[in-house]
Order: sequence, then structure tokens, then C-alpha cells
Amino acid sequence: MTWVNAVVQGILLGGLFALFACGLSLLFGTMRVINLAHGDLAVVAAFLAVEIVPTTHLPAILSFLIVLPIFLGLGYVGQRTLIQTALDRGAFTVLLVTFGLSVVIENVLLELYSANSHSIDIGSLVSKSIHVNAQISIAYLSLGIFVVAVIVLLGLQYFLSRSTMGRQIRAVADDQDAAQLVGIDYRHVFGVAAAIAFATVALAGLAFGMYSSFAPSSGQGPLIYAFEAVVIGGLGSLWGTLVGGIILGVAQAVGGQIDPSLQILAGNLVFLAVIALRPEGIFKGRVAA
Amino acid sequence: MTGPFRDDPHRGAGPDAASPVLEVRDLTVFHGQLRALSGVSLQVDAGRVHAIIGANGAGKSTLLRTIAGLHRPAEGAILLDGEDVTRRSPHSRVDAGIALVPEGRRLFPSLTVEENILVGQRRVAERPWTPERVYELFPWMRERRDQRTAQLSGGEQQAVAIGRALAANPRALLLDELSLGLAPVVVRQIYGLMPELLSSGMAVLLVEQDVSQAVRTASTVQCLLEGRTTLEGRPEEFTPEQIEAAYFGLASSRATE
Repeated sequence: MTWVNAVVQGILLGGLFALFACGLSLLFGTMRVINLAHGDLAVVAAFLAVEIVPTTHLPAILSFLIVLPIFLGLGYVGQRTLIQTALDRGAFTVLLVTFGLSVVIENVLLELYSANSHSIDIGSLVSKSIHVNAQISIAYLSLGIFVVAVIVLLGLQYFLSRSTMGRQIRAVADDQDAAQLVGIDYRHVFGVAAAIAFATVALAGLAFGMYSSFAPSSGQGPLIYAFEAVVIGGLGSLWGTLVGGIILGVAQAVGGQIDPSLQILAGNLVFLAVIALRPEGIFKGRVAA
Repeated sequence: MTGPFRDDPHRGAGPDAASPVLEVRDLTVFHGQLRALSGVSLQVDAGRVHAIIGANGAGKSTLLRTIAGLHRPAEGAILLDGEDVTRRSPHSRVDAGIALVPEGRRLFPSLTVEENILVGQRRVAERPWTPERVYELFPWMRERRDQRTAQLSGGEQQAVAIGRALAANPRALLLDELSLGLAPVVVRQIYGLMPELLSSGMAVLLVEQDVSQAVRTASTVQCLLEGRTTLEGRPEEFTPEQIEAAYFGLASSRATE
């Protein structure tokens, strides 16, 4: 039964990984941007919540009401200024710029908050759980994060496949020149995609901040897990990202059950196995983004 | 593919407008060091077809892509209904009324047939092309609208590309190498649609490798050679020898006149 519990916890953890990964996947899918500052942006969102909660007396769980709009704006403006300028100079410049951004964010956070651990205080919710039986208990928070992740990924998939803007995002991802020829302002579309990606990473950051403690340098781990989830699932498929996140989560939880020191290693081994055996990922991405 | 099959020359159905729909003045374009176009001018009136012919590398596609906004000209001006659009971005030229069906069709592979049409849609008052009207022009599309474009034949893909451009309700429709890679019968069917397009007062500027097809379809032809105009006028004004000479740049042909 402890193994069943490990798998259940792994699935729930996978939701968090998928939430981290979908913004990364969207940015790469639409504009071929690999955002190395992705994890650090999540940490910024978490610190933002640490600031907001005491000053506004908003329940921590509702901090997204303020953080999300800020990140939507940051995403749009950041794309139209910094990322687009880098994109115009080539893919390598983008990689350097996002790497630089990552270093800058980390150091500014260190300057402001020191290297100490922080956490978003959600009160008694952190310890409440559903006891399924003696071995299996599901924490409200983990379940909540998983549900949010599924809703976000489903919503994003629906938005991309049904809405006018979603159609334009897919068209731009397919062929930028042809998109311009049918009257699409691809820079605006990039801006919207970046706004959505930033908003999802903010959600992931808030979830992460409630789930565990964090410090300015905490962004690196999630960045790697997000990359792994995207690659396992298959680049360009949001369903794949969810499945990739869950596979990674289960691998880590089962590895941790065998020996706590194996947790991270088990995830990385599964990732390497997928790269070696099925480099296109489990779901080959047909629909971009 | 269905649609009216007509192979007779169509020389303008729309009313004679006082000013041209599309006007290009002294266009000069560089690709790096290479002078791709040197002082090319042209005019296309409403309801007329203006065909650009010329050998590979003559600058035909560059001309269309510059009019659509994908290349910036070093000199010259592009006017649509008398309004200067030379400095406008490609996407805003679509709003202004210029639509290009690019060489190689360039459909969006991850979009369905219907989505390819819808993504090009611009609702413009008093301009007739709705997705529904596109389906009337190509009835097979209605049943196959949920398919991806990779499952279509070359001719069907070309039809979707034309439908996508029509859905933008252009004033000037630019067609780049429609016949490339298509069977002659399919090419004739596609050109057979021309009268229906022109009847709505659209101006058509087309680039065509197939000179005889261009001469049959166009109200006026213009031959480019190494980025310069070597011949321009109504097709019936020229003998095949004159067109050939302009096409290949044979100076000796003048002596035979």
C-alpha cells in the first residue's frame, strides 16, 4: 500500500510540474524561445505573494488575484520589449538574454530577501488532508494544486483550439511570414502568448511557495523539472506536458520510496530513458504550443 | 475541384475606374548587395488582371513580396486606391486591402481547412467574401473543412490558399506562381475562376512561369528581366517572338522587326 501511496503522491506532484512546464512549452511552441529565467519568474511570484499577503490582509490562497494580472502585464511588456528585441537578433541572443535575466532576478532577490528560506503562509490548510485509509492520505493543498494544473492545461488547450486568438497563435507558430500575409500582427500575438506563459508560471510559483519553502535560488530545480516534463511529454503538446509532469512526479515519488536520496535521480533517469528511447516524447506534438 | 471551366481570354469585366486600384512607382529593392528590382512601375485597375512574366531570378516574386510588405524597398512607392502604403507593415496592408497568395501556398499545417480560411478573415463592409462564399466557389471544401491541409492534393491546397486570401476581402489580390507543381487541367480550373473574382471589382496581379497561360488570362502583361521591365502592354499587341525576346533578353530580335 505504501507503493500505491507513492504513486498517488507522485501524480499530485506531477500536476505542479506540469503547471511549471506549460508556460515553458507555450513560449517554445509559439516563438521558439527557451526561457531560462522561467523558474526564477516563479520564485518572483512567490516573493510577491509574501509581500502582498501581510499588507493587503488577503488570504494567501487568493494572492493570485493580484499576482496574476501583474504577471500578465509583465509577460506582454517583457515580450514586446526585451524578448522581441533579442528575437530580432537570433535564437542564441534569446538564450543569453533569458540566462542573464535569470542571474539578475536571482541576485536582486538575494539583495532584497537574503538567502533565507521563506514560505507563503496558508494557515492550517497546509496540514489538512483526506485520509483514504491507513496508508494513503491526500493533502488538500496537493489535490488543489493538481486540480488547478489540470484546469489550466485544459483551459489552455481549449483556448488554443477554439478561440480566434488561439488560432492566430497556432498560425504564427506554424509560419510567421504566412501569418503576416493573412493580416496577423505576430508581435502582438507573441505578446499575448508570453502574457499567458508568465501568468501560468506565476500560478506555478504561488503553488510552489505554498507547497514548500523557497529562497531566491529556488528557481533552478523547477526549471529543470519543467524542461524534463516538456521533453518527456513531447514538445508542443499540452496533453503531453501534463502526462510528462505526472510521469516525472511518479518517478520521483517511487524513487523516493525506495530510498529518499534516490528521489531526484529517479526522475532524471526516466527523463534520460525517454531521450534515449523516444526522443520525440510520448506525445509527438502536432499542434504547436 | 469544380467551378466554371473557361479558357477564353478574359480582358476585364469590371468598370473602368478613374484611378488604378494598385499602383507601383519606380520600385527598387535590394537583397543584400544584389539589386533585385530596378525602377519597376505598374498599375492595375479594378476588374483587371495584370500578369508579370519573366525567367527565374527576374525579380517577379520579389516584386509581389515587396508589395505585400515582406521586403522593404530602397526607393519607390506602393499605392493602394491612391493611398501610400509603402511604410506600412505586412499585416496592416492586409487590412488596407492587399492579399498575397504566396509561392508554395504556405498553408498552416496545424490548422484545418476551415481554420485556414477563418484565420484570413477580415470583415469589411460591402466586400463580399465570407467563408460561406468561399465554400460556394469551392464546394468540396465544405465537407472537408475539418481536415488538415496536409491531406489535400496540390490543387486543393492551392484552392485553400486562394480562399484564405479571398476571406481577407482584398482590393488587390496578388497571386504568386499559381500553376507551380499542378497538373495542367487543375491549372485551367483555377484560372477559370478568374472572371468570378474580377466581377467583384478586385484587381489581380499575378506572377506566372507559364507564359501562354499568363497571356491568355491577363488584360496587360509585363515582362521582367534582371529586375527591369523589358516589355509592357496588352498581350495582343505583341508577337510571340517579341515576348520571347523580352523574356530572354535577346537584342537581335529587334532587327527582325
